[in-house]
Amino acid sequence: MRLVLERFTHNALALLAVTTLLFFMFRLMPGTPLAAFINENLNADQQQAMLEQFGLDKPMWQQYFIYLANLLQGEMGLSFFQRRSVMTILLEVLPNSVILTLTSLIIAYIFGVLAGAWLAWKRGSWIERVAVPAVLATRAAPEFWIGMVLLALLSFNAGWFPSGGASSPGQAYDSNWERIFSLDYLHHLALPVLTLALYLQGLPLLLMRSNMLEVMHEEFVTMARMKGLSEWRIVIGHAARNALLPVVTAFALGVGLSMGGNVVIETVFSWPGIGRLLVQAVSVHDYPLAQGAFLMIALVLALMNFVADLLYMVLDPRVSHGRKG
Amino acid sequence: MAERADPVAPARTGWPLLPVLRRMAAMPLKDPFAFAGVLIYLLFALVALFADQLAPIDPMEILFTKAGKLAANVPPGAEFPLGTTNLGRDIYAQLVYGTRSALAVGLSAAVIVATVGTIVGLLAGYFGGTTDAVLMRIADMALSLPFLPFVIVLTGFLGASTSNIVLAVAVLLWPSSARVIRSQVLTLRERAYVEAARVTGASAWRILFVHIAPNILPLSFVYAAIAIGWAIITEASVSFLGFGDSTSVSWGMMLQDAFTSQALSRGQYAWFVPPGICIILVVVAGFFISRGYEEVFMPRLRGR
Repeated sequence: MRLVLERFTHNALALLAVTTLLFFMFRLMPGTPLAAFINENLNADQQQAMLEQFGLDKPMWQQYFIYLANLLQGEMGLSFFQRRSVMTILLEVLPNSVILTLTSLIIAYIFGVLAGAWLAWKRGSWIERVAVPAVLATRAAPEFWIGMVLLALLSFNAGWFPSGGASSPGQAYDSNWERIFSLDYLHHLALPVLTLALYLQGLPLLLMRSNMLEVMHEEFVTMARMKGLSEWRIVIGHAARNALLPVVTAFALGVGLSMGGNVVIETVFSWPGIGRLLVQAVSVHDYPLAQGAFLMIALVLALMNFVADLLYMVLDPRVSHGRKG
Repeated sequence: MAERADPVAPARTGWPLLPVLRRMAAMPLKDPFAFAGVLIYLLFALVALFADQLAPIDPMEILFTKAGKLAANVPPGAEFPLGTTNLGRDIYAQLVYGTRSALAVGLSAAVIVATVGTIVGLLAGYFGGTTDAVLMRIADMALSLPFLPFVIVLTGFLGASTSNIVLAVAVLLWPSSARVIRSQVLTLRERAYVEAARVTGASAWRILFVHIAPNILPLSFVYAAIAIGWAIITEASVSFLGFGDSTSVSWGMMLQDAFTSQALSRGQYAWFVPPGICIILVVVAGFFISRGYEEVFMPRLRGR
């Protein structure tokens, strides 16, 4: 329990540090944050009124604490351009990003774990010699480039998938849930998921492979072999179970990391998620919206780091039992 | 296998820098993957060096056909090996010149990451205490920044220049190298030869930079090789999102240009496939080289 609290504090402090850094980064940027609002038609008094309206006339440290207090209440201000609450906009697009990330990760990890275990079993064969560099190449390819190639081949050329967006024009739904579970949505989701899964499968695959190779030499595997268990039962029942632990932790970390990486995938497929929102907000200098989107991504990252810490404790008894011996 | 001795085996006599360097230079000859990686690097370095000779056409020049019409979207052929863009620019020339900016971005990021990571790792590992705590907390904080979003926000607001991208990449990458180097220094610090140096009255700085640092060099190199790839991918991603340096020709800029000019729907594969392949090659070369060094200098990982 003490360890849990310690990890929680650690991640929370890191998040606070990121929040602070972000606050000062946005405040110290060249140009006034109100550049988008102020035009020549406004006189000095009106400009001053506007600054006061946004609380920008107060000293920096006061602004900082107001900002923190507001954040804790989920209040991130108004988007300069959309004139709507940043939180509302974020909550609108967040489900799209979460669905995209989780679906891709689950597919990537199921494939990666199976293929990794299989490759470890095939150690020393020509398959391994071809497959490992090929997997490394998928990890080396820029995500958005994989997306571009798939888009050109499967969407524009073959016409199997729509070229972007999350729903066809003219579709109307009663609720957000109905929209998400519609075939049209899944059809739009397919290509981004395929791209992301292709990019993400390398890590679990290589991790699983090297863990399997390591575990196969451990005493309990030798023991199982001496008991006369079949090779299959040794691989699945004994080796794979233990090799899986780090992969599970990597999955949790992967959720946090790919939420940030989705920025490019969402742009390629015009997927209305939080990453694309961030890109749009930054390019039009919409400070509150950009800040909100960034913080939301950082929050997911910190949260998933914490979950990974917890999983690690739960799954590895050596950690949870205080490393006795 | 016997010659793959202790990764951090100190040289028996004298300054360990030269023997370590010799082993580092010999490594690619032992590992075929690392050898391939070095070859790829050499190839791209040559292309970058002789870009003017390899591609006589200016990559940004707008070209016209003999009839005086804009040479837009010309398919690959004898005159233009990879065809032209929708604005009549030679794609092959852009690809060749893109090598220059890729290597510039990759190498500068690698140098910063390796230097900062090594120095921080050495100081934190050797001095411990408050120095260690402060440096590692800063590293933790940098590691909890979401990677691409941070680069985008930084370049989006500080201005879209290549140096800002390199800066952002360096800020995000130094902590992982610093952490690993620190833990290596922790074990080196307890070695008998360091103890011996301490007994003979060598100063802390002398021990650190003469006795410990040279043995850390292979690790710094591993992280430099990884940083090259990361920096190039990041530059490409950021350029693709429209926050790149619009004045320089890079692979990322080519991909963004192709994407926004509907090259995908026209099926101009010769425009957007080659830059991606080049990025993969450079990044994979980094993977191969770092893998080779890890296997030779950190034999714990060997055989995986």
